[in-house]
Amino acid sequence: MKALKFTVAALAASAAFAGVAVARDQIQIAGSSTVLPYASIVAEAFGENTDFPTPVVESGGSGAGRKKLCEGVGENTIDIANSSSRIKQSDIDACAANGVQEIQEVRIGYDGIVFASDIKGPEYAFTPADWHAALAAKVVKDGQLVDNPYKAWNEIRAELPAQPILAFIPGTKHGTREVFDEKVIIAGCEENGTLEAHKAASSGDEKAAEKACMALRTDGVSVDIDGDYTETLARIEANKNGIGVFGLSFYQNNTDKLRVATMNGVTPSVETIASGEYPVSRPLYFYVKNAHLDVIPGLQEYVEFFVSDEMAGPDGPLAAYGLVSDPELAKTQEAVKARKPLGALN
Amino acid sequence: MTDVSVVAERGKVSQPKSILAIDARTRRRHAAEARFRLMGKIAVAISILALVGLLASILTNGLTSFRQTYVTLDIYLDPAKLDKQGNRDPEAIAKITTFAYAPLIQKALTDAMAAKGIAVEGVNAKRAVELISKEAPATLRQYVISDPAVIGETISFDLLASGRIDGYYKGRVTKESAQLDRNISPEQLLLADELKQAGLLATRFNWDFFTAPDASDTRPEAAGLGVAVLGSAYMMLIVLVLSLPLGVAASIYLEEFAPQNRFTDLIEVNIANLAAVPSIVFGILGLAVFINFAGLPQSAPVVGGLVLTLMTLPTIIIATRAALKAVPRSIRDAALGVGASKMQSVFHHVLPLAMPGILTGTIIGLAHALGETAPLLLIGMVAFVRDYPAGPPEGFFDPASALPVQVYSWTQRGDPAFVERASGAIIVLLVFLVAMNLTAIILRRRFERRW
Repeated sequence: MKALKFTVAALAASAAFAGVAVARDQIQIAGSSTVLPYASIVAEAFGENTDFPTPVVESGGSGAGRKKLCEGVGENTIDIANSSSRIKQSDIDACAANGVQEIQEVRIGYDGIVFASDIKGPEYAFTPADWHAALAAKVVKDGQLVDNPYKAWNEIRAELPAQPILAFIPGTKHGTREVFDEKVIIAGCEENGTLEAHKAASSGDEKAAEKACMALRTDGVSVDIDGDYTETLARIEANKNGIGVFGLSFYQNNTDKLRVATMNGVTPSVETIASGEYPVSRPLYFYVKNAHLDVIPGLQEYVEFFVSDEMAGPDGPLAAYGLVSDPELAKTQEAVKARKPLGALN
Repeated sequence: MTDVSVVAERGKVSQPKSILAIDARTRRRHAAEARFRLMGKIAVAISILALVGLLASILTNGLTSFRQTYVTLDIYLDPAKLDKQGNRDPEAIAKITTFAYAPLIQKALTDAMAAKGIAVEGVNAKRAVELISKEAPATLRQYVISDPAVIGETISFDLLASGRIDGYYKGRVTKESAQLDRNISPEQLLLADELKQAGLLATRFNWDFFTAPDASDTRPEAAGLGVAVLGSAYMMLIVLVLSLPLGVAASIYLEEFAPQNRFTDLIEVNIANLAAVPSIVFGILGLAVFINFAGLPQSAPVVGGLVLTLMTLPTIIIATRAALKAVPRSIRDAALGVGASKMQSVFHHVLPLAMPGILTGTIIGLAHALGETAPLLLIGMVAFVRDYPAGPPEGFFDPASALPVQVYSWTQRGDPAFVERASGAIIVLLVFLVAMNLTAIILRRRFERRW
């Protein structure tokens, strides 16, 4: 009995102790590892140029970040979630259930996804159809849906180099994989007519056909990388035939080791992605908990600083690092000033 | 007759042999032993090779991070740019951002190049200033804010060279690779060589690596271990202060006072089990109990310290109990025999004799905790933290990083210069671990008694 009382007292004491200490004065951010470099560049500049402390930026993935954001309102929850994919209705529902009512969506720019191989290897000029034919479990050959028979790139299209197919693609936990599936694999599936064949096989069910398109071969030709781009780079250095999927900024930091492939004849760059010529890109976001805006010092200033022309504009440090700046940045700046919360998802 | 023939037959089968002659069975047994010895040697050789390979790769990659390239420039702190009102008002000066400081550096570099007669074709002023780290304007700004009176003077600064230039003098970047690199050109490297000849650029020991905070992906040259070292130190302090008294008290009670019954047996088994629980489990526990329930702040050393305390406690309890057990019964009996109480016998005689063993166990437990990353992942310590935590005890609640966490996050960065930083951080971590283990060995050698 005495011991129990003591334990309770100790717990109460530690809780009181904690209560004093939680007056947090720095911004807490978590989420996407793709947004992390940009967020840390902004955090660094923000800490340098203002009286506010430098925000703390955690990585851990887009989904994990949004989940953390929706844990509730209070100083032991995060203020901002970085995300490389758009928030889902399930996240918004989870937020609402935990009392997080108003969330702001801030689009910071676009990220290009590039295909690159060893610098000493041959040049590649891809189309999405090539990638689908190389990696899909089932392809159309002579009018029939068959198990993928291709071993080398030139078997798919004679203009491609005679290199064995080996692709390092992001694992399914990455936000990048979603974009890869959607903009490359499904687009390619449609292009080379496999989608039609799948549709015919599943008697016109579009959803099932798309799902069949995304089924990738499992004979070791397509390798999922669950780590980050440094791991993909290490794999390519160990296996010179491999082609990896990278973010544009990572490629731009390693141009002496990687040769980038064109897609539909367009070389990826900040300009071609901004103009929409290069097809594989996606918007990057962060989500702000409005309830914290007047509680955590500097939060409103940080959000405005992030989307300011000096940071996220076309001549800012983020663009220099590989972020494709948003042509509608001015709109975002206004929305941020007005603290416009996210409405229902369409 | 038959008997004789039997004997003769037997004699044929087992002829009396000299003990010096080796028969087939002995030979087989010796061969087995030789094989085992060989396998043992191979095993040792493989582990030594692995260790040497690991150390060699870390040292070759990481030792260069202890040196850094700097550019020395005389910079005129132009009042027209930094203090437009001319009244040296600290608040107005604090409003001037680093963007205003960058042109001053560019001008100083152009002037210095003109004075020394350095010019490289294809490198204009804008390309030339890329040789200097993006951290430099921040360095300048901090200097000016700390003492606004220097505005208007010309002051000599040691500014960090950019990561690629630094890499050039460490062999990571070559003229060939620069040809393909969009962040640096061979002409810029040529300019760096010229600056070096003119004495404006030098590579020297890098104290900042140990004291500076982390830096973002665009400034690998500025990244340091300062916040991580402080964070690790705070956590170790918390672990030591909490786990040593708790662990020792618990083991003394269990070993010397507790009655032998089912309940204590259960506790004993569970302590052994707890020592084998994967560390990430403690992270989950920490998140649930300390952050979500008790409301302690995220990314704070106090939570990290508490989690690591839980992780280290079983190790310390097991080591302490072993040390207490090793003290012979006769010591206790003698103490009790001259009229000491049970408690006196333990605290005056048994505990001092067991102390070297306890300390060894504690230090090894601490070393284990120092190298732990997994539980910290869940409590938000794997983060980009740039501000130093305050002094203890308030600093325990400020966000901080930790040494192994810094290694982990640097290996994920895009710029190749961070590979060197990560290896450098591993070396620092290894030095700490070796030092701790050496202390443990010395303590044991000097103070341990054998009975």
